Amino acid sequence: MSFPITLTVNGTARSLVLEDARVTLLDLLRERLDLTGAKKGCDRGQCGACTILVDGVRVNSCLALAVSHDGASITTIEGLAGTNPAGGDALHPVQAAFVEHDGFQCGFCTPGQILSAVGLIQEGQTGGDPERVREGMSGNLCRCGAYAGITEAVLAAHAAMTAPDVLPGRQLAEDAA
Amino acid sequence: MKAFDYVRPASVAEALAAAARPGAAYLAAGTNLVDLMKGGVTRPDVLVDITRLPGLAGIEHRSDGSTRIGALVRNAVLAHDPTIATRYPALAEALLSGASGQLRNAATTAGNVLQRTRCQYFTDTASACNKRAPGTGCDAIGGVNRAHAVLGWSRHCIATHPSDFCVPLAALDAVVEIEGPGGPRSVPLEAFHRLPGDHPERETVLEPGELVVAVTLPPGADGFAAHSRYLKVRERTSYAFAVVSAAVALRMDGNRIAQARIALGSVALKPWRAREAESLLAGAAPTPETFAQAAQAALAEATPSGDNAYKIELARRIVVRALTLSAAGTPARVPALPASPFAASPFAATQSAASPSAGASTHV
Repeated sequence: MSFPITLTVNGTARSLVLEDARVTLLDLLRERLDLTGAKKGCDRGQCGACTILVDGVRVNSCLALAVSHDGASITTIEGLAGTNPAGGDALHPVQAAFVEHDGFQCGFCTPGQILSAVGLIQEGQTGGDPERVREGMSGNLCRCGAYAGITEAVLAAHAAMTAPDVLPGRQLAEDAA
Repeated sequence: MKAFDYVRPASVAEALAAAARPGAAYLAAGTNLVDLMKGGVTRPDVLVDITRLPGLAGIEHRSDGSTRIGALVRNAVLAHDPTIATRYPALAEALLSGASGQLRNAATTAGNVLQRTRCQYFTDTASACNKRAPGTGCDAIGGVNRAHAVLGWSRHCIATHPSDFCVPLAALDAVVEIEGPGGPRSVPLEAFHRLPGDHPERETVLEPGELVVAVTLPPGADGFAAHSRYLKVRERTSYAFAVVSAAVALRMDGNRIAQARIALGSVALKPWRAREAESLLAGAAPTPETFAQAAQAALAEATPSGDNAYKIELARRIVVRALTLSAAGTPARVPALPASPFAASPFAATQSAASPSAGASTHV
């Protein structure tokens, strides 16, 4: 059996044929599309290193069967900079905050941390409360223990992204609503 | 993972027909199923993808006061639905205390209800497990079993049901709606999961091919909204399954408890409703003595299944704490650490010592 699917990956439409229904989104990204930013840590939904955005929502790509996500829009760490309203190669505000606040050491969990933070901020539940940020990021493990810097980075990015003058697109949308 | 065929039906009728194939299993988000397939614990021949079925992803607040939650409503969507959080706060707190943000964004209502036990002998295919391979024995008995059942277990299986969500669902008399080859039917959630008995492989009352399409909260289940909590003891404060949990919902009449609902989690192979404790509380004043009596009654039948006698006392204390917190009133918002028995996280205390202003802000 083969299964044709289409995905939009970091803004680019991709038509793919899966020869095996077992392929996860994580393996598809890493092995077929050469997007190795999403990491295979535990491969069992326990570490968060594989976190990506599917239709704008953070999920564990290791537990998501690709065939079941036919038609989905996917954002990985490779495509995140391009979504910055500043355009070009400018870092996404969350990426910039991780650099600024030392939100990593070895870097292996970092793409998952950053995508999880982008998803968390978009979910809009933390209100910039450090306790709620830590709880909201608990699905991403960091073996180096860079949690203090990660929390600072997410708080700084949250402040930057929810300030009205930083995201004009969002502000316009809210005005229109 | 064993190879499997994949089909994507467009209607419930097509899904039921596809599920009649030998070795078929329904696939929703797959957060539990795919994990078990990777470990060889579950080996379906065909996955019937129900994620595109129409009409199963909505939350419907009906005019008769009931609420119908579609099988495909994601855990995060349900927990953050403002009406759900207002009318059934213990449900929202339980959902937000489970798994991680990523998993809650994917996991579904029916998938949560149907999740498998986290007994490590069930997930280790080299171990004997009557649930995974009937008749092979139970390596949890006499094994590492400090997290295992203290109520309703049998000499064939001492596993627990790990769901947080199901605990307040049981307390609120939720009903599971099922479609199947024999037509639609409804089963109270409390009767949906089976105790192990002589057949631990039979986990629910679902017949082969039957599909859960919704979970419904009956009229009046929102009458407990002002005094409802879910409390959960974990080995770490977040992203961990319960050692013991309790959902408590009270309806107060002045200074007296008019009606009480209590259910316990991770103590048995199903969410455990404590009806005798509920009867003791009806009409009583909310005092520490009354709560202690209710906790005794809730665990009266409990016996250790191994190195887990501590869970019985722990469960009693969690019942008392959940009753005390519920009587004090539902918080305006689910706490920053949902269902945690700690008033604030250890981080908050550390921060207060280091930086009073930063610490203070976390308590607001």
